[in-house]
Amino acid sequence: MESVSIGKSVSELHELLVHKDISSIELTKAYIDRIQTVDPSLQAYLTVLEDEALALAAKVDQKVAQGETLKPLEGIPMALKDNMCTEGIRTSCASKMLENFVPPYNATVTNRLRTAGTILLGKLNMDEFAMGSSTENSYFAKTRNPWNLECVPGGSSGGSAVAVAGDEAAFTLGSDTGGSIRQPAAFCGVVGMKPTYGAVSRLGLIAFASSLDQIGPFTKTVRDNALVMNAIAGYDSLDSTSVPYETPDYTKFLVNDIKGLKIGIPREYFGEGIDPDVAKGIQAGIQTLIDLGAEVAECSLPHTEYAIPAYYLIATAEASSNLARYDGVRYGYRADSNDVLGMFKKTRAEGFGQEVKRRIMLGTYALSSGYYDAYYLKAQKVRTLIKQDFEKAFEKFDVLLSPTAPTPAFKFGEKSADPLAMYLSDITTVPINLAGIPAISIPAGFVNGLPIGMQLMGKAFGEGSLYRVAYTFEQNTNYHTLKPNLSREVLTCGSR
Amino acid sequence: MVVANKYEMVCGLEVHVELQTKTKIFCSCTTEFGGEQNTHVCPVCLGMPGALPVLNREVVNYAIKAGLALNCEIAEFSKFDRKNYFYPDLSKNYQTSQFDLPICGKGGLEIEVDEQKKWIGITRAHMEEDAGKLVHSGDTITTSNESSVDYNRAGVPLLEIVSEPDMRSIPEVLAYLEKLVQILEYTEVSDCRMEQGSVRFDINVSLRQIGSTTFGTRTETKNLNSFSSVRRCMEYEIARQARVLDAGEKVVQETRTWDEGQGVTLALRSKEEAHDYRYFPEPDLAPLIIDREWVERIRKTLPELPEARRARLQELGLSAYDAGVITQSKALSDYFDAALSHYADAKTLANWVMGDVTRLLNSNQCSVGDSPISAKQLAELMGLIEKGTISGKIAKSVLEDMYSTGKDAGVIVKEKGLAQISDEGALLGIIDSVIAANPQSVEDYRAGKDRAIGFLVGQIMKATKGQANPGLVNRLLKEKLA
Repeated sequence: MESVSIGKSVSELHELLVHKDISSIELTKAYIDRIQTVDPSLQAYLTVLEDEALALAAKVDQKVAQGETLKPLEGIPMALKDNMCTEGIRTSCASKMLENFVPPYNATVTNRLRTAGTILLGKLNMDEFAMGSSTENSYFAKTRNPWNLECVPGGSSGGSAVAVAGDEAAFTLGSDTGGSIRQPAAFCGVVGMKPTYGAVSRLGLIAFASSLDQIGPFTKTVRDNALVMNAIAGYDSLDSTSVPYETPDYTKFLVNDIKGLKIGIPREYFGEGIDPDVAKGIQAGIQTLIDLGAEVAECSLPHTEYAIPAYYLIATAEASSNLARYDGVRYGYRADSNDVLGMFKKTRAEGFGQEVKRRIMLGTYALSSGYYDAYYLKAQKVRTLIKQDFEKAFEKFDVLLSPTAPTPAFKFGEKSADPLAMYLSDITTVPINLAGIPAISIPAGFVNGLPIGMQLMGKAFGEGSLYRVAYTFEQNTNYHTLKPNLSREVLTCGSR
Repeated sequence: MVVANKYEMVCGLEVHVELQTKTKIFCSCTTEFGGEQNTHVCPVCLGMPGALPVLNREVVNYAIKAGLALNCEIAEFSKFDRKNYFYPDLSKNYQTSQFDLPICGKGGLEIEVDEQKKWIGITRAHMEEDAGKLVHSGDTITTSNESSVDYNRAGVPLLEIVSEPDMRSIPEVLAYLEKLVQILEYTEVSDCRMEQGSVRFDINVSLRQIGSTTFGTRTETKNLNSFSSVRRCMEYEIARQARVLDAGEKVVQETRTWDEGQGVTLALRSKEEAHDYRYFPEPDLAPLIIDREWVERIRKTLPELPEARRARLQELGLSAYDAGVITQSKALSDYFDAALSHYADAKTLANWVMGDVTRLLNSNQCSVGDSPISAKQLAELMGLIEKGTISGKIAKSVLEDMYSTGKDAGVIVKEKGLAQISDEGALLGIIDSVIAANPQSVEDYRAGKDRAIGFLVGQIMKATKGQANPGLVNRLLKEKLA
């Protein structure tokens, strides 16, 4: 039996819990049931924590029984991308290398969501070590797009997007190094926020590229997104890149009004490679915002074309070093060998997938003596130029707007044979990570039955403006209310 | 230093010093030496997935302090970098270090060899984390069939101090190292316990034809941990390079290792096989900005450095040599200073400290810091000599008793009845009986044989079990015999 509460937003669920229309245990059970029904097809989860979740829910119900006030996220079932450490719970990064890795500590976000009273349902699939744009690089499972089971959910946080779109969790967290929250959010028709670099602690997030990685929420609505950000954002003295910044109450930006707000449309983000139907959909979205009173004008981010090469040098360089620790000595997968060097080589050859190895090699090359200046250093200079592009644009505009991804979700295998094509599809998302600024993807229509996302970009710590525009757009459109058809017929057909 | 009549040696050093902060450089694990394997560890120093470093500010304080004591410029802007290489003792397979923007820039120190003063330049000093330790099951690495890794040391803060290639002889190298270690000890940034590996030396050495202005090809011998190994290693390596050059061959630029047992250096890897460390800025740590107030705050905590202390002791009347001996180690020098605050005669005190006290401590293998005789107790003993309560000779045995019992000098003197006889009446009686018993000596003395008085004094001292005040005995005896 499926509960009617499934599919509601976090704020709606909160009301149900507060008014005792449903207990936290009932709600949690409903989600577990839903996972058991749809996940064999969708494969968003790598680990489901039924007993642990129900135990946490029982505690919330106890509080309700004692008449205590519930915090906004208390009793809300959610799930985490499997690169965020959970004490005593396997955290695999979707890699054979960490197949049996059980961290002895929690990520800061895990702790903060625990403090907020949420119910952890499980850990979500992803591209191995967050490297990929389709979740096809997972060692364990192929996560499917709920809107079309033959399509990828996007990546690397594919499981996180699918769990929300497929009603397998009220909200989830993902991580975004070059678009890994926003692109799957767009592909799956949900809201995904990549916060400012330094806004959310990275402690306990298994690193891909340290200077680019950032954790953010996937939700059904913009309000939910702001609520989750309230719980996870804020300074963490144990992450030296965390910014001592007083976090606002993000929900106070949720006003249905954008009159006079200046929105820039960077022309480079509508260039070559952008699906004309996607461009058309976003143009329609822009018209909606104009109708709502926004002042919209075209602008230029002239160094955009260099973002992809710069990104794939910096991200891979950092990754080559971050992933060096997986050598079989202390934890994780270990291959047998007669000597240490042999063990290192064999462990890494067998423990990492192809895409991870490709990026480690690219990064190692970029940092090699004699190439450092030409590649890594140059990429850092490009990064500065890209940052300056944005700074200049934000002198004139409050928010910039573009498609989140050049195309809607593609089919399995369509791009996995051509890594370069896969990399190029990140063109609209990676500049944001290089600049360290926040960006959100919100549902903005459909192309051939697949959702498309609108990306809003803000200045550093300007999440509030993004929420304001996103909320106004959402209140005046109905895309976020549409749901994929996951009937028994579709699911059985899809899991053939 | 002239080698084989035609070469001059050129040497520069890299010295790794463990900073004696309470906790590690990037986590709060203890830096304490020893401990059961892998007990001083946490996710950060074990390089667990998702762990992040947080810089220990105390490490920066220590690095600034050492830098100031070594006359280095302290960088306003410095940063950390990752040095990437695979080794099982390196938990992340990269070492967080400083590459192109170290905390300490140019500096140097003055050494003295054969009364010649010389300035040895310091190129830089940077902070980095130490690695763990491999523990091999067999006696040696070659007979070992398995190894384990102890990460207790992983993340202990190090300062790597790089000198200019300014040294031209082994005595210069040793003088530089002694001076360096002395300064680090005085500033208390390191305990400099070489036997525990808290100071390690890498030696870069090359030879060139005398008169040549360009450097020859150098070798780097890594990881020596005592002055005597440095000396032996250099003697060997210089001779080896001279043989190579004499044979008309070229010295190969390479990294070598010192085999203490065999007393030889061995090739480890050539320039071609050298690691490519793929340095890049550490993205998990923000750059380090050190404002000038911070530097001044640290400067105020600098103690009197050995040079200044030596000058002060010389002003108090000590010879340059004595002042040098006393200030050689901070512990001895502190002990001396503490005693000096209770007893003003620096010269006498120095003789005792360098002589009997040091001898006593050495024979008991006791460090001055652990001496059971406090500086104040020593000063009291000195005072008893000065007041004439006991003679210097008695004082020596009192000192030994003080060492074994920990009692104050006055207590021992009283308990054992060792006070000097300075009572003229009491002494005159003894003197009379000695004169009466030794008529021959009396006659000899009166006949001009001065030596005879020595015998008489000896007899009096014997009769008083050494407790007679020798000055007084001499005077009274001479008066009697006059």
